[in-house]
Amino acid sequence: MSARVHLDHDHVRHLLRQMIRIRHFESKCVELYQAQKILGFLHLYDGEEAVSVGIMEALAPEDAVIATYREHGQAIARGIGMDVLMAEMLGKQEGCCRGRGGSMHIFDRKTRFYGGNAIVGGGLPLAVGVALGDKMQRRSAVTACFFGDGAVDEGEFHESMNLASLWKLPVLFVCENNLYAMGMALARAEAETDLARKADAYRMPGVALDGMDVVAVESAARNAVEQIRAGGGPQFLECRTYRFRAHSMFDAQLYRSKEEIEDWRRKGPIGRFEGWLISNGLIHEDEVHRIEAEADAEIEKAVVFAEAGTLEPVEELESFVTMETVPA
Amino acid sequence: MTAAPPITYREACRQALRDALLNDPKTFLMGEDIGRYGGCYAVTKGLIDEFGEERIRDTPLSESAYVGAGIGAALVGMRPIVEIMTVNFSLLALDQIVNNAATIPHMSGGQFAVPLVIRIATGGGRRVAAQHSHSLEGWYAHIPGLRILAPAVLEDARYMLAAALADPNPVLIFEHVMLYNIEGELDPAVTDVDIDHAKVRREGSDVTLIAYGNGLIKALSAAEALAADGIAAEVVDLRVLRPLDTATILASVTKTRRCVIVDEGWRSGSLSAEIGMRIAEGAFFDLDAPLRRVCGREVPMPYAAHLEDAALPQPADIAAAARGLVRPA
Repeated sequence: MSARVHLDHDHVRHLLRQMIRIRHFESKCVELYQAQKILGFLHLYDGEEAVSVGIMEALAPEDAVIATYREHGQAIARGIGMDVLMAEMLGKQEGCCRGRGGSMHIFDRKTRFYGGNAIVGGGLPLAVGVALGDKMQRRSAVTACFFGDGAVDEGEFHESMNLASLWKLPVLFVCENNLYAMGMALARAEAETDLARKADAYRMPGVALDGMDVVAVESAARNAVEQIRAGGGPQFLECRTYRFRAHSMFDAQLYRSKEEIEDWRRKGPIGRFEGWLISNGLIHEDEVHRIEAEADAEIEKAVVFAEAGTLEPVEELESFVTMETVPA
Repeated sequence: MTAAPPITYREACRQALRDALLNDPKTFLMGEDIGRYGGCYAVTKGLIDEFGEERIRDTPLSESAYVGAGIGAALVGMRPIVEIMTVNFSLLALDQIVNNAATIPHMSGGQFAVPLVIRIATGGGRRVAAQHSHSLEGWYAHIPGLRILAPAVLEDARYMLAAALADPNPVLIFEHVMLYNIEGELDPAVTDVDIDHAKVRREGSDVTLIAYGNGLIKALSAAEALAADGIAAEVVDLRVLRPLDTATILASVTKTRRCVIVDEGWRSGSLSAEIGMRIAEGAFFDLDAPLRRVCGREVPMPYAAHLEDAALPQPADIAAAARGLVRPA
């Protein structure tokens, strides 16, 4: 399958760079959280970067994305600027949602990014509708719908999988299976832990894959998107991955062992891909350092932009509760 | 102008849907048994033959998924009309309505609107007990971001939908199940209605009766009985449960100085409580008598006819409450 992904230098550099940008962006977020500049919840994607980066490679600009509340990586990989993202985290009106959404509710019209959603499973029905609306308007767009293993517990998962398949809608269901719904281990929550099998019940092609391998994710996503675009109806990808850090910022992680975390860290998507590229002569260590430095510079600029951002006047508090028009 | 032929409330709703489908190719219908079955209350009967399965979409029994799908389709340019068979079933889609439809415009900083219409059958009186008979529209009227409509007269049943579709925000239309068979003549002079204002349906000077939905029919009946006693009741049809038209309410109460609020919903934490408080805030010194409410009794709706009747506000209860204000013992 990986033959479909052209592993030339530009492309592998791009994949690595995207994952590094996400990882470093979130490291900066942790600093800003500790400095109490970012408030509320902060759900880090640390360890799961290969999923978003791989999936987004298969999408075109006209496609749509429904994200989760752990969506910084999804947003960056989709092409939302770090500047407006960071300003959103800081609650500034220069943020992509004018500071009304925050970390868990990133929306971006330009990239058809229809929201982080902090109700587990809440985005799946939306994805069905976005795909239905696109299809009824004869657009060839595909909707990529991200959700975690926890969402599989919800009725919305089953209702949406069924409806999408019944109506042959162009949805790519992307399950980021990181093995824990907050602290609830998959095996303690699901009678059938082989999640890809759930797709069978809806007569939907379902594939389980190594979500720590960016090339495997991209390859599977390209295959799936190609079939969806050809009118084959929805597809399901279970990306097996792991979150290295706490669920949010405060979490004693009583539900898993340090050994387990360390074991997964060794399979981390960035280190593994980087190591493979270097050992195969596809990239030089110096170039990796340059990518990291560029990412850090981009992040610094985003922080400067966000810090210089302004607070929306409180008089505008109730703006957008109801809309005057449908934005064109 | 010749008199229009009589029409039922159900037919007025159907004509409104048909108009909407004819006027805008982006409009489509989704819901349980709205197509081949013709609609649980037969409102959508025949539409599938005229408009086809693509635009009259029978859905599986997945309220959360198809209401959410309506939101998603609205986000990308469609104008969906979703039907929920009965208000109790809407609870299965409550997450989508409250956490998505009502929040996305604001959470996205105004990048997206959700121009979705949801029609929901509501209310008691059909002997279908505690899972099909409640009046939960007051809950929805609590939610910022939603517009809540309750057509009680034929003109509203016929024309509120077009106004709702022109609204860039999610609009919930609550059709009371006891109204579908009401028959009358549509006023030919009315071709559109607003969805901002309450309306005085009967003028009077002694007491204001505030009601909506089937409660309006009962309030008008009570006003007739009161007139026979020489009491002139003014009847205000709320029509729009959110945002409330406080000005029309206060204008009437300031004039009559007495007020009875009729609400089929349960009294505790009800829409009637909100209206009463707005009157207290805005017209306290104009009142000549305490505010009164006639609400649904606080029980899950019973099946037995005599018990259901006792659980719902009746015209005699409304008239008695009004008499007590105008002529205290």
